Amino acid sequence: MAEAKDKKKRNEFLYFAFRNNKLKVGISIVLFFLVLAAVGALFTKHDPEAFVGPLSDPPSSEFWFGTTVFGQDVFAQFVAGVRATFIVGALGGGLATLIGMLVGFVAGYRGGMVDESLNVLTNIVLVIPTFALLLIISAYFEVRGLILESVFIGLTSWPWAARAIRSQTLSLRSREFVDLARMSGMKPLRIIFTEIAPNMMSYLVMAFILQFGGAILIAATLDFIGLGPTTGFSLGIMMQYAVLWGALPLGTWWWFVPPGAAIAAIVGALYFMNVGLDELFNPKLRET
Amino acid sequence: MRRYFGRKLLIYLVTFFLAVTIDWLIPRLTPGDPIQNMLARAALNANAAETMYTYYTHAFRLDLPIWQQYLNFWNALFHGDLGISTYLFPTPVADVIKDAVPYDIFLLLPAILLSWWAGNKFGAFAARTKRLDNTALPIAYLLTATPYMWLGILLAWLFGIILGWFPIAGAYSYTMGTELSWTFVGSVLHHWFLPFASLFIIFFGGWAIGMRNMIIYELEADYSHYLEALGAPRKLIRKYAFRNAILPQITGLALQLGVIVAGALVTEVVFSYPGIGYLILAAIQNQDYFLVQGCFLFIIMGVLLANFLIDIAYVIVDPRTRKGMVGE
Repeated sequence: MAEAKDKKKRNEFLYFAFRNNKLKVGISIVLFFLVLAAVGALFTKHDPEAFVGPLSDPPSSEFWFGTTVFGQDVFAQFVAGVRATFIVGALGGGLATLIGMLVGFVAGYRGGMVDESLNVLTNIVLVIPTFALLLIISAYFEVRGLILESVFIGLTSWPWAARAIRSQTLSLRSREFVDLARMSGMKPLRIIFTEIAPNMMSYLVMAFILQFGGAILIAATLDFIGLGPTTGFSLGIMMQYAVLWGALPLGTWWWFVPPGAAIAAIVGALYFMNVGLDELFNPKLRET
Repeated sequence: MRRYFGRKLLIYLVTFFLAVTIDWLIPRLTPGDPIQNMLARAALNANAAETMYTYYTHAFRLDLPIWQQYLNFWNALFHGDLGISTYLFPTPVADVIKDAVPYDIFLLLPAILLSWWAGNKFGAFAARTKRLDNTALPIAYLLTATPYMWLGILLAWLFGIILGWFPIAGAYSYTMGTELSWTFVGSVLHHWFLPFASLFIIFFGGWAIGMRNMIIYELEADYSHYLEALGAPRKLIRKYAFRNAILPQITGLALQLGVIVAGALVTEVVFSYPGIGYLILAAIQNQDYFLVQGCFLFIIMGVLLANFLIDIAYVIVDPRTRKGMVGE
């Protein structure tokens, strides 16, 4: 009986999920780029860094996105860049969400002095221009990898998630079912993970999506200024090289248009997904 | 109100203290010796390198005990001494920054204020207006997802290269010196327009979305339904909703400052606009650590100051903070 009811509820959820155009469009675009990142390397005939073709060649059947001023295959760089983008988003956004959850749950559940001091910490990281912080940290590392960049981004961008999760936890903490769990002698950590977290799952998912998109944008900005990974390719690095080596005056638009367009499409699709999810979880916002 | 400001000030002071400490600590923690790196670039013979090394170590006081170095750092900071730029040797970092700052203010202040005003107006107008909401909202989301430098590059390419309407590098024509004449002012505005526009467009999208969402939230609130039930005109209800929705937007402005600064930095890089962003790029490419550190401190101070000004604005706009009814 309970199972049937559960199934019906899930069906209803899926029903609204499939009716929601924003969610559908958002997920399709993200999936498209994800597949491209995963299998795109099979279609690229050249190494992204190798000098393989004619210089500044427009898109052709041999070089789908043309070549750079040095004769590198732009499509090969693009695929590598999209992959790097997803890695930074997942790692950086994931770490930020994780720290945000930790701080938010503990602050919201414990309250009192713990909450006060965590709040001060959150506000400090929130008020500090994190990009400037990333800049000075990265500038001093001579060898930087994609993972290191993601970790730095995660460590500096969690306060948003922490604040949202804290206020949610605060309101859930005083509910009756949490009181009941507490009275039955459950450990605080278990209460948080079995009673509180499942009730704000939608919140956590949305926080992760936003952090995912945010991490991608921060990474692109860092890469563009020359503080990205010192090896490998990313969409930000492509744009940096394009501007540095005169793609603008040369008019080789195929060099700088695809990387930015991909970032805008991926992050835009993520934001769009978020709006769709918001409507899904919050019937008040649904369009009639 | 005293509690409100006391709390805020405490956070700002602690933040500033931490930022300065990080600024001092990072070069000492990370691998590599800045002076060694600097000299390696100069490629001197071994003898000269030795002399130069001791000279610089002494000049930058790296031979003192660590706690003394820290105190000296603070002391120098309070005297406005941020060290000497190695890239523009021997200009002090503070002077280099001082020359760049007017361009940042000239670029950022109009872009932030105008986009905030226009974005809020537009967002409030678009909310619950079916057709606009369906067309404008996706565009606004796409705008906030657009990397700053990419929009800058596209604008530079379209209006600078293809159409040739605007110059794409510098703050004024290279053939001119700084002078006070109409042609010079014209040239400055001509060079200013594209970087300004690219920042304005992206900021605008963000504010419009924020306002639209807040208005929808406010229109669902009890007071809106009550006014509706009383038969109040739609325009009046929206006016009240707007007033309530503007408060989170002010807080949002404070929270977005970090992102805004990052956007301004890369936009300046795209357009070779001689502000702090362009300076940072040059400093990084020339491994001028003192200049990077100085720019970092300057950005921190600027953002903290802006935060404080926004706090004051918030108190002026929201009567509840004045009466001590809201803690935060």
